[in-house]
Amino acid sequence: MNALEIKNVSKVYANAKVALDNVSLDVPEGSFFALLGPNGAGKSTLINILADTVNASSGNVSLLGRNLFHERAWCKRRMGVVPQEIAFDPFFSPREILKFSRGMYGQKADDAWVDELLERLELSEHAHKITRQLSGGMRRRLLVAQALVHRPKLIILDEPTAGVDVELRKRLWDFMRELNAAGTTILLTTHYLEEAEELCDRVAIIDQGKVITSRPMKALLGEVASSSLCLSYDKPLQFSEEDKAVLTDFSPRVCDHQLCLTLHSQGKSLNFDAAYQAAMQRFGPPAGVEIRQEDLEDVFLRLTGDKI
Amino acid sequence: MSHFNIIGTWTLFQRESRRFLRVKMQTIVAPALTAILYLIVFRYAMGDRQVPSLDVDYFSFLIPGLMMMTMLQNAFANTSSSMVVGKIMNVHVFLLMSPISAGEAIFAFLAAAVLRALVVGSILLLVLLPFSELALTHVWMILFYGICGSLIMASLGLIGGMWSKTFDDMAMVNNFIIMPLTFLSGVFYSVTQLPPFWQAVNAWNPFFHLIDGFRHGFIGTGDSDPLQSMGAVAALTVVAVLSSWYLWRIGWKLKE
Repeated sequence: MNALEIKNVSKVYANAKVALDNVSLDVPEGSFFALLGPNGAGKSTLINILADTVNASSGNVSLLGRNLFHERAWCKRRMGVVPQEIAFDPFFSPREILKFSRGMYGQKADDAWVDELLERLELSEHAHKITRQLSGGMRRRLLVAQALVHRPKLIILDEPTAGVDVELRKRLWDFMRELNAAGTTILLTTHYLEEAEELCDRVAIIDQGKVITSRPMKALLGEVASSSLCLSYDKPLQFSEEDKAVLTDFSPRVCDHQLCLTLHSQGKSLNFDAAYQAAMQRFGPPAGVEIRQEDLEDVFLRLTGDKI
Repeated sequence: MSHFNIIGTWTLFQRESRRFLRVKMQTIVAPALTAILYLIVFRYAMGDRQVPSLDVDYFSFLIPGLMMMTMLQNAFANTSSSMVVGKIMNVHVFLLMSPISAGEAIFAFLAAAVLRALVVGSILLLVLLPFSELALTHVWMILFYGICGSLIMASLGLIGGMWSKTFDDMAMVNNFIIMPLTFLSGVFYSVTQLPPFWQAVNAWNPFFHLIDGFRHGFIGTGDSDPLQSMGAVAALTVVAVLSSWYLWRIGWKLKE
């Protein structure tokens, strides 16, 4: 079953800005799903529609088989959202906030779970402070704890690691991996693409309110990402028209001392040996050889033609 | 699972009540001090002066009015400040994201505001009662007006809070709408002392009916017809509560 089925969702804001244009996405249950896109692509709008802080202009969403717009309360109890903007209630301490949050989701108090969350998100020491005294990183972790306190089946994280240092980020992701392994579906937006590549098994890229691609991470990297054979030489290469014609199958690129030949791109595969031999014949034995694989960031930049 | 989110509503009610208990100085001690100041100024400066047209001394006339005015202001403050702080700190998103329906949210917010009004009103009464000859003549009337008035003001506070983008907007609602209406409602004087034109105008001021009716519960007499006034107050309560519920439901100024 799909944890989320988003069907033809559009959002036009009051100022006529089209934030989402007929977006359809399936998030399989149990997946660790990366929703990527440049700034202003519509990621947060989509998440806010799921979270019920923005109304969709049209379309439909189902969560674990139920209609999100018609059975809001049922769906909300199974969903935990970490909003992008840091927000906290200045009157209460982290522990109180977590207790209230759990109660508001209709669940009986569970101090053990609250303690565990505080512990895992490294907030135990600060559990009794007034939230005003917490640092930016602590506040963001509190947001994560708040989204988890009612044990949702689907966790939605909108840029949860912005402003969180590397060490903590790693521990936060370890925690998310554990939850995912225990069956929780995780939908994540982030600007750290290497994190997404490492963590997520599915990925969707949206740009200007439209879905560009949505597929398993492996498939995206296997089919869309290209790989190249890069040969480096001792001296700068002179690249003639004839060289170009001979190597044309490999879409050669020359930069100073280096020649790169494409082995795999858009489902087309070429032989390593053939590429190596062809290069040898034109330029002689290289000083160094390297296989270069496009990573998620390269693919992302190519597909969106944009900055992250 | 119950159809209603009872735990959620109860939690929200607790959150909204703890908020005012956390700032006891402003919410409980300050009104008590104000009451003492009123006592000194009016009880001793005005002496045993009688209110024209009503057979009561001025101090006994004044206490219920002050009490009601304070209750109304506190009910308004509880919901409006929570909404404005929530919007400015962006915490209202947690409420929107939670499985608490519009009806449940309104219920919790209004209940907490009414509780605050009753607590503050009781403190004032406890401080002032020993110094006056006031009796609780019609308790049901006191409760009817006290609770309806608090509900109306708490609903207006919610609506004002939803509308306001800043603390300044909220202060504007408070200073330009709420304050004038309360001051002109006959807290400090009997409206029969006004010229006929202003009496007619005042008949349309809901605060006048709230305060006059509330006072009637204590002193057993008032400036307006109790039945008519109770009908108007009950109707206004329903309209105010339903409006705040409806606006919450459609996410007025809360959701894009």
